[in-house]
Amino acid sequence: MGRLGLRFVALGYLVVILVGPLLMMVWRTTEDLDGAWAAITAPDTVSAFKLTLLVTVIAVAVNTVFGIVCALVIVRGNIPGRGFLNAFIDLPLALSPVIVGFSLVVLYGASGWLSWFTDHGFEIVYATPSIALATIFVTLPFVAREVVPTLREIGTEQEQAAQTLGATGWQTFWRITLPSIRWAVVYGVVLTAARAIGEFGAVAIVSGNIVGKTQTATLRVEDAYQFSYGNYAPAYGISFVLAATAILVLVTMILLQPKGAKH
Amino acid sequence: MSRAIDNTIRISFAIAAVVWRSTGEGWSGFWEVVSSPQAVAAFKLTLITSTLAVLTTAVFGTIIAWVLVRDSFAGKSVVNAIIDLPFALPTIVAGLVIMALYGPRTPLEFTVGSFHFDANLTFTRGAIYVALLFVTLPFVVRAVQPVLIEFDRELEDAARSLGAGPFATFRRVVLPVILPGILSGVAMAFARAVGEIGAIVLIAGNLPFKTEVASIHLFYRIEQDPAGSAAIAVVLLLISFTALMGIGAVRWYVTRHDHG
Repeated sequence: MGRLGLRFVALGYLVVILVGPLLMMVWRTTEDLDGAWAAITAPDTVSAFKLTLLVTVIAVAVNTVFGIVCALVIVRGNIPGRGFLNAFIDLPLALSPVIVGFSLVVLYGASGWLSWFTDHGFEIVYATPSIALATIFVTLPFVAREVVPTLREIGTEQEQAAQTLGATGWQTFWRITLPSIRWAVVYGVVLTAARAIGEFGAVAIVSGNIVGKTQTATLRVEDAYQFSYGNYAPAYGISFVLAATAILVLVTMILLQPKGAKH
Repeated sequence: MSRAIDNTIRISFAIAAVVWRSTGEGWSGFWEVVSSPQAVAAFKLTLITSTLAVLTTAVFGTIIAWVLVRDSFAGKSVVNAIIDLPFALPTIVAGLVIMALYGPRTPLEFTVGSFHFDANLTFTRGAIYVALLFVTLPFVVRAVQPVLIEFDRELEDAARSLGAGPFATFRRVVLPVILPGILSGVAMAFARAVGEIGAIVLIAGNLPFKTEVASIHLFYRIEQDPAGSAAIAVVLLLISFTALMGIGAVRWYVTRHDHG
């Protein structure tokens, strides 16, 4: 097989597995635009998108802070347990989302180890807190994984110079460290947001999937499909919005790439 | 990445043990649940479809990485960009995307003489395979690409000038260098395939003994049978991490062999 043969195989495979199905999905959405639009603007869908947005904002906020702190501890820290932290940070990538969701139910559900919250009127499982927890868990690695290599690369010279000149730890962080890692952080945030918006398995288990209340956008798609009765316009319509968001995320990542230190 | 995998294995075994102990069930209950015919069928289906899908992804992912690094054609940067799409797309949307082309009302249906072709894979194991190909696509491409970019082409030219054919050059010179990258990608892809639910749940139909994979078996079991679910979850973890360890061992052997 020559160069052209390999090119044909590679592009052909991408058409069969990726591009073809994607274009077909767009085509299916355009078949019934009115139906798709009605589904997208339905109150229950809007409420699902709002919940997804809320949970994504929470997951991004928590994991940005957590990711930066983790990366600092892993690269710059000198405390026992940082090897463990370094290993633990990758765990969500290797776990099935179903197991993540199930573990949360085991922990916080009725008769779980941490059922104390539920017993005292603070609902976690089948409510927004568990959806946020599940999403935080599955998006845990992204910011830290982007920041760790950048921190290693920039070294400590500038930080040491700032400290010699009398800067406090906070001043060094805000004026020296953060500006040097900012593109890695932004890149990690974009990845976190994409995964948070798209999470299905873990959220499906902990949310209870209550329409208009604990149903996220991805759960809404599944619901719209399972109860379609031959009318697939709602499922395709809502999926189209999510797919467009994903493509926007991809474009953002490409635009960020030349400025990033690593990519 | 291999370090990440090794560490993940150690920690996850600890967590699996903790989860199992927390249910307070004995070992006989555990065995009864995991050896039930429906659970065994689900584990087998997960293992077989994941293995086939990941092997396919390894072959085509390597070819795609090669083409993206060595070939040049109009629109290459766009092709490079869409490789990440399965990472960015919500898995349930990925399922619907697969359904659009390989589901009911597929446009790929035709009859030529006595030959009938129908790409509708709804409620078949083939649907699970195709969905897994979709979600695992980026792993191998993204693991091999950087290795190929760093690869010294003079080695290849030397092999060619010494009379090696293109296939021999690939097998003897290029493959040993990129194999650790391929195996890293394969390991991540396998872990992903074993745990996948969103992309599969709609098109597979989840028929017990036929198209119900282990993660979906677990999913439906949680509400009715929490204790049994813990047993299924432990086995699912063990499958993932045994595979990760196996691939890690091969990877270690390959890199060691390379230097010795």
